[in-house]
Amino acid sequence: MLAKRIIPCLDVREGKVTKGVRFLKNVDVGDPVAMARYYYNEGADEIVFYDITASNERRGIMLDVVRAVAREIFIPFSVGGGLRTLEDMRAVLLAGAEKVSIDSGAVRNPALISQGARAFGSQCVVLSMQVKKTGARPDVPTGYEVVIDGGRQPTGRDALAWSREGERLGAGELCINSIDRDGTKLGYDLEITRRISEAVSIPVIASGGAGEPAHLRDAFTIGLADAAIVASIVHYGEHPIPALKSYLKRNGVEIRDAVTVDLAPR
Amino acid sequence: MIAIVDYKAGNLTSVQRALEFLGHQSEITDRAERIVAADRVILPGVGAAGATMENLRTLGLVEVLRNGVARAGKPFLGICIGIQVLLDRSEEDDADCLGIIAGRVVRYPRSIDGRTLKVPQIGWNRVRQTRPHRVFAGVPDNTHFYFVNSYYPIPDDPSMAIAASDYGIPFTAAVACGNVLATQFHLEKSGAAGLKLLDNFCRLSC
Repeated sequence: MLAKRIIPCLDVREGKVTKGVRFLKNVDVGDPVAMARYYYNEGADEIVFYDITASNERRGIMLDVVRAVAREIFIPFSVGGGLRTLEDMRAVLLAGAEKVSIDSGAVRNPALISQGARAFGSQCVVLSMQVKKTGARPDVPTGYEVVIDGGRQPTGRDALAWSREGERLGAGELCINSIDRDGTKLGYDLEITRRISEAVSIPVIASGGAGEPAHLRDAFTIGLADAAIVASIVHYGEHPIPALKSYLKRNGVEIRDAVTVDLAPR
Repeated sequence: MIAIVDYKAGNLTSVQRALEFLGHQSEITDRAERIVAADRVILPGVGAAGATMENLRTLGLVEVLRNGVARAGKPFLGICIGIQVLLDRSEEDDADCLGIIAGRVVRYPRSIDGRTLKVPQIGWNRVRQTRPHRVFAGVPDNTHFYFVNSYYPIPDDPSMAIAASDYGIPFTAAVACGNVLATQFHLEKSGAAGLKLLDNFCRLSC
């Protein structure tokens, strides 16, 4: 049985971790490479970097970060934020990321999903979507609408329909971020996570709202998520990853155990 | 020197970075003479069986891997697609493969007991060490490794399997036959345990 994955998310602007990370004594919390190393050693199952660099000219800085992370982090990591073209995706993957996360770019140009899947394989392409609870309408039957550009722009697309479309176009995983829950610490939106997870046959990642260990348990057991993004719940040090994992294990959730392996030269 | 076979797909650089981290010298190459001259050979990567075999054929590497590496007793490690093309045939693209290990590669079932099985398998799964092998030295049994795959190998001779895992059904997760070793999981993305296996491979004398 696959372990449920815990995926810390680091927001990076112009090469620096930007928000909400302020707990570590011996780690430069502004340095994405140091932070990735820290979470890797803590037992993160994967890491997501979200590049919120405003200008295109500064995007090269993120590629330097990706290259540095890839030299010392030996778990999968993905990069999202502002990827609009196949070339954007290729640059991130060549720099050493395992996956790319595409969002608004895929809504504007759905062919980006199929092009990415053809060029690099579906396993490289995570379709990420910001969803907002709007109430059911003819064009949004589930009552959850996909929004883009940081949540400002409605799209008229239903979250479930867009998930199915993303799967059909070749996305390897779906990341469902509830912008209603994001930053609230009220827990993941279990309803839309579950509805999508039941409707597709690719992994679903829950995102937005984790504040308590029970929220992760619920995302996995009620929301049927395969993985969960964590941000402030781990960034503030209240619930380190090992503590989250032992909580989940006690609650019957399959997680990846930490192993002690001696890598010293023989 | 370790040759990482460049078959124009796959994530070659992540294997090289892991080797670098461990202090082992490697070279990414598609040249037969470099592969034959190497101390060890790694066939890594992601990709589809059909495209991988097509690329190996175009590069003239099929016989090199069969005779210059596998039958020549050179330590060989296949990773992910690198295990699947070792067998005779794959259901994926109905591909004719290297035939270094007798057997076939099949797709995971679409559903188990009426419940959809998510394919590809993406994530960390427990690996049972079903036969003792030096490559597992220092790695506890039932450690999780990172998998990304839609197909799995069935060697004709079950004793070739050294590890198994479960994804809806039990499947072979690693095989060994003399100097030839291969894993379904990505050693280079499986944290410290994966690095340990990779390091063990680099130190094996076959």
